[in-house]
Amino acid sequence: MPQSKYLIVGSSHAGLSALETIRLSDPEGGITLLSEESTFPYSPTILPYVVSGKAKPERVFLRDEETFKQLGVTFKMNSRVVEVDPKKHIVRVETGQTWEYEKLLLATGGTPNRPNIEGLETVSYHTLRSLHDANRLRASIKKAREGIVLGAGLIGMHVAENLAKSGLKITVIEAREQVLPGYFDVKAADMIAKLFSQEGIQILTGEKVERVTERVGRYELYLSSGGTVSGDLLFVSTGTKPRIEYLNGSAIAVQDGILVSDQMRTSLEGVWAAGDVAQARWFFGNSKKLNPTLTNAVEQGRIAGGDMAGDPALKPYPGGMVANTYRFFDNSAFAIGLCGPLTEDDFEVNQIFLPSSFFYQKLVFKDDYLVGAFGINTDLDPGILYQLIRRRVSLGKEKSRLSANPLETARILMTQIWR
Amino acid sequence: MGKAYRTIAFYEQKCDACQKCVEACSNYVKGISDARYSRIKVFQNKETGALGLALCRQCAEPYCVMNCPAGALFKDLETGIVKWDEDKCINCQICTLVCPYGGISYNPLTKHIMKCDLCDGDPACVKACPSGALELKNGAEIFNTWGDLEDLVVPGLSFCLGCNSELLLRHTLRRIGPNVVVALPPGCIAGVGTVGVNGKTGAKVPVFHPLLTNTAAMLAGLKRYYNRIGREVTMLAFAGDGGTADVGFQSLSGAAERREQMIYICVDNEGYMNTGVQRSGTTPYGSWTSTTPVGAAQKGKRTDAKPMPLLMVMHNCEYVATASTAFLEDYYAKLEKAIEASKKGMAYIHIFSPCPTGWRFPPSKLIEIGRKAVHTNIFPLWEYENRVGKIHFTHPVEDPLPVQAYLSLIGKFRHIDMEQVSHIQAQTERNIEILKRFTHEK
Repeated sequence: MPQSKYLIVGSSHAGLSALETIRLSDPEGGITLLSEESTFPYSPTILPYVVSGKAKPERVFLRDEETFKQLGVTFKMNSRVVEVDPKKHIVRVETGQTWEYEKLLLATGGTPNRPNIEGLETVSYHTLRSLHDANRLRASIKKAREGIVLGAGLIGMHVAENLAKSGLKITVIEAREQVLPGYFDVKAADMIAKLFSQEGIQILTGEKVERVTERVGRYELYLSSGGTVSGDLLFVSTGTKPRIEYLNGSAIAVQDGILVSDQMRTSLEGVWAAGDVAQARWFFGNSKKLNPTLTNAVEQGRIAGGDMAGDPALKPYPGGMVANTYRFFDNSAFAIGLCGPLTEDDFEVNQIFLPSSFFYQKLVFKDDYLVGAFGINTDLDPGILYQLIRRRVSLGKEKSRLSANPLETARILMTQIWR
Repeated sequence: MGKAYRTIAFYEQKCDACQKCVEACSNYVKGISDARYSRIKVFQNKETGALGLALCRQCAEPYCVMNCPAGALFKDLETGIVKWDEDKCINCQICTLVCPYGGISYNPLTKHIMKCDLCDGDPACVKACPSGALELKNGAEIFNTWGDLEDLVVPGLSFCLGCNSELLLRHTLRRIGPNVVVALPPGCIAGVGTVGVNGKTGAKVPVFHPLLTNTAAMLAGLKRYYNRIGREVTMLAFAGDGGTADVGFQSLSGAAERREQMIYICVDNEGYMNTGVQRSGTTPYGSWTSTTPVGAAQKGKRTDAKPMPLLMVMHNCEYVATASTAFLEDYYAKLEKAIEASKKGMAYIHIFSPCPTGWRFPPSKLIEIGRKAVHTNIFPLWEYENRVGKIHFTHPVEDPLPVQAYLSLIGKFRHIDMEQVSHIQAQTERNIEILKRFTHEK
């Protein structure tokens, strides 16, 4: 049976950042990377761009044979893990191959959620998680005329825009009251939805789909409000769920995902988890949450890798939060921390809302700290604001300066504090 | 081993936000003077004077590269420059979210991200900066040249957290190499386990443990023996200030006078730290130690420190230098000279060695204290080469900080009053004046 000191399951961002971090502390220990795909690693984030044609499918790979060779990593494609035996330290792959590990990282990511809609399990529809999905969707666009996008999160909105640009008539259906609910407040969401409408995309928010039917390539979606939406292409993007089915019977602690500590350790000795599959500390409050985003996967992978290799200077995970960028119809947006609709009223909000110039900048403070920020077409450095929140920088007098001149004040704070 | 690369250093105190760098950058990038195209941004708050610099650091482990979903950002392993492939970029701007330094930003004019590429190795901003606030530096040149040399001390010695002696010991032995005999008289370096057994614990080179009183004499005898059998071996001492300036002084003074061939490194932590923080001849005025207590009758040490390095200049040594681990490149240059000088006679290096345990400061402040000691002229960096016959300041401080900038960082000076501060300030200025008298030609 082949053995590996470090065995990493899953070759996307969490797995890749883990192995590179391991190499910083342990230049020699054997690393094996198992991927269920039949290609070199790529990012799920690139997929909407593969659909739109902006990214060429043959040029999306993040690593190649040569980089793995330089890092001394054994990369195994077509190796879907079906079983973990934590007592014997053995992982079994679909083909029957087994691997013995000393330290195991589970970075198996997520799969698209299937919303609870009558009839959905019997119809064929598109999702977007793999290169295969992207190529399939790209091929379907050519034949389709009317598309329905279920779920107005980042992937849904991205795909809606790209399908519309390809000439399809698009309807987006979102169960919640606004588009991009995790990222923006109602005003921002309305501004974005209005732009989509102007671009010919119909946005239906606060609409629940009760039933789906498909007849000779024609979909009918029955809404609880009474109306119907029909089209010849159905795309579902209602979030993801962690890939953990192979852990059945391993006694690993699981809630929504694999529960991990601030070092990304699972409840099992010698097993770590990172990325979309892990349920880790949330930055705000005391809960543990899934946080299936690219930046979070990179960070958790880095922490897991550092801990696996015994880096003595490793800083624990400070907690996850919303952090993403969003580009739509040549507009740029970002959202960090508490940026959705606020539920409490003891936040201090500083905002500049200029819908006529399609500009919206919002900073959210609590006491002495920045706790959230988003911007649409601002010139701010999202990365610096992200650090101000994560580092819990006590702002003092700088708070009013940050409100008055966020770009330059944030750069000054960065230069003074962590340059 | 990895490799260290060049990056642009920013000296805040020299910058007045004149925007020359911004102009130069946009001219280089776009051929016009338009700050919106500049990849370097400098801003000063008029009210507070605080500066902000947004510029790519060409990080060793760049977050932008690790987070790029398109593989459009990558670190060039030859030059270290973090490069961007426009063709692969999908404009997702994730890089702007993960860069903590504002070093990569989206430019709505070009509809692309922009970042510094060091102008392919000769940055326009550095050349345009009139005040020297920007400098292209190879931050860790030492690492590139010395990283592959063998560490001649085993891991896991029991130095206190934040002690600079370990840094000093490992780096010094790396450069000098295995053809050496090391003398470690009683003191911290011997006490943490450096002497070891059979090269398996402690140092991997021949080490012996002389008395506190006879380090230089014993090394002199060994060297004479090796000379007699025709083997060239370097003699090296790591002694504390007690073993050098007080208890061991007679043997060192004699060896220097006889021009014995050795490198004698005095690791001056200004007291007998190993035995419980007693005062020594190099403990400075006003300092608390366990034998110069602070109370109604006494406020720390009542006399000034012995000017040990200057005393060694007066011995007509082959080479004398002061050095600090806060200025490692300076130390390495001096070590090179000391190695050469020790072939002819005595090479003496006096190391400023702040002690977190005995001086009462957090371990993280070690290097800052070392820097402040130099910037206040408390511990000026200089060297004396016998063939040149004069003292040369290797890091002259044109506009020294007041001594409080240094004293306030250290617990052993916490009690001192204004009168004592004035005394230390005056003494510091006097010491510099004395040293300056030795900077003239013979």
